Amino acid sequence: MPQSDPRTSTGTHEPLIRFDQVVKRFGSLTVLDRLDFTVDAGERVTLIGPSGSGKTTILRLLMTLEQVTSGVIWVGGEPLSHRYQGDRLVRANEKHQRRVRKQIGMVFQQFNLFPNMTVRQNITEGPIHSLGISREEADQRARELLEMVDLSDKIDAHPAHLSGGQQQRVAIARALAMRPKILLLDEVTSALDPELVTGVLDVLRTVAETTDITMLLVTHEMQFARDVSHRVLMFDHGRIVEEGPPEQIFGDPKEERTKAFLHAVLD
Amino acid sequence: MEFLIDRLPLYLSGAGTTLLITLLGAVLAFALAMVVGVMGTLRNPVARAIATGYTETFRGVAALVLMYWMAFAIPQLVPYKIDALFAAVLALGLNVGAYGAEVVRAAINAVPKAQVEATIALSMSWWRRMRAVVLPQAWAQMLPTFGNLVIELMKATAIVSLIGVSDLTRVAQEQRASTGETVAAFTGALIAYFLIAQLLIVGMRLLERRANRRLGRPVATGFLALLRPPPATATGGGRR
Repeated sequence: MPQSDPRTSTGTHEPLIRFDQVVKRFGSLTVLDRLDFTVDAGERVTLIGPSGSGKTTILRLLMTLEQVTSGVIWVGGEPLSHRYQGDRLVRANEKHQRRVRKQIGMVFQQFNLFPNMTVRQNITEGPIHSLGISREEADQRARELLEMVDLSDKIDAHPAHLSGGQQQRVAIARALAMRPKILLLDEVTSALDPELVTGVLDVLRTVAETTDITMLLVTHEMQFARDVSHRVLMFDHGRIVEEGPPEQIFGDPKEERTKAFLHAVLD
Repeated sequence: MEFLIDRLPLYLSGAGTTLLITLLGAVLAFALAMVVGVMGTLRNPVARAIATGYTETFRGVAALVLMYWMAFAIPQLVPYKIDALFAAVLALGLNVGAYGAEVVRAAINAVPKAQVEATIALSMSWWRRMRAVVLPQAWAQMLPTFGNLVIELMKATAIVSLIGVSDLTRVAQEQRASTGETVAAFTGALIAYFLIAQLLIVGMRLLERRANRRLGRPVATGFLALLRPPPATATGGGRR
C-alpha cells in the first residue's frame, strides 16, 4: 500500500490537513457542502460560525467519530477517510483509520475522562496500550504534563473528585500524552463555570507558545481565538464564508454574515 | 427446636449442596452472560444472531424441564449419562445466563457514547476499549440485577431434589417423611434458605460497593448498610 499521495511527489508544498470536496449529510440535512480547505503543519486555525454551521462536524470527521458522505480527507499526505487499494481510493476500514488517527488528539466539550480510572491511568492508558511505550516512560510523561497543567497533586485522584476546570486540564494532558501532530479542541470551555475558564485557556496558551502542534479550535472565546490563532475560518451552512488572519476577521470583516455573527456573539 | 438441633448436620450438608449448585450455576451463568451479552452488542450480524438465538431459546424453556431433559433424555440419545448435580448446574446456568446476557447487553449499551468517543480519540483497540473502559463502567450497572438473578438461581436449585440430589429441600422432605414433623422439617429449610440468601445479598453488596468506589462514587459504609438496599445512584458513567 502506498504510504503517500502520489500528488505529493510533484514536490509542491503539502499541507498537513486537506479537505477535498468533503460532503457530510445527516439524513436529508447537509452539514458540510463540498468543503475544500487546508491547514499547514504548525498552524493554529479557529473555526467560527453560528451553531449548526458544521464546525464541530469538521473536528469529528478528523477524529473519525463520523465518516464523510463523499470527498476525501488527507492527513500528512495520506488519506484518512479512505485508503489505497492498488491505485484506487476506497473507504477506509477501522484498522487503517486507527493507524492514521494516532497523530490526532482531541479535547471534548464534556471532558469525557474515564470515571473508572485515576488521573494517572487516564493519561497513561493511550501511550501504554495504543502506542506501546513502557509504563515507566508513560508515567514520566504523565507527571510532566500534570505539572504543566498545574495538577501534580491530583495524579492519583478520581475524575469525579475534580472540578470541571481541573477535569478539562487533565483531558488536555491526556490528549497531549499521545504526542499528537494535530490537536482538535471542541468548545473546550463551553461546559465550564465562568471562573474556571481562565485556567483552561492559560494551559492552552502555554501549549500554543511552547509547542508546534497544529491546532484546530472551535470556540466561542473570541479574545482567545484572536490571541492564539494564525487564521480564522468563518462558516455558515457548511461552507466557508470568509477566512483570514484574526486581526482582519475580527477587526475588519468583509462579509455581511461574518459581521452579523460577530456582532451577535460580541455583544 | 430440638428436632432441628438434632438434625443440624443433615440440614448443613443439604445447605452445602444447595450453595454448591448455586455457585457452580452462577459461574456458568456469568460466563455465558458476559460472552453472549458482549456478542449482542457487536455489529457482526452472525454474532448478534447467535446471541439472540441463545437468549430467546433458554429464556423460553423451564429450567426444571431442561434439567429432566439433560438427566433423562440425553442418556437415551447418546451413550452418556450426565451426573444429576451436573445436569442441574447446566440447566440453571443456561437458563439464568440467558437473563444475564440481556442485563450485560443493556448495561454495555448504557455506557455513554462520549466514553466510546474518548477511546477512539486515544486510538484504543476494540479489546482495550471493552476491557478498560466499557465493561468496568457497565459492571457497576449490572451488579444490582445480577444480585437478584443469583437469589433467583439459588431458590431455583430446589428442583434438584426431584432427581435425587440431597439438597436442602430433599433433606427437609426426607425428614418430614421419616418423622411426620411437617412444621419443623419445612421451617428448618425455610430458615436455611433465608440465611443463604442473606449471605449472597451481603456478598453482592460488597461487590457493588467496590464497583462504585472504583468509579469515584460515594458509597455507604458499615455492615448494616449491606443488608439494606443501597440508595439509587446515577446510572451510566457519564459526567456532566
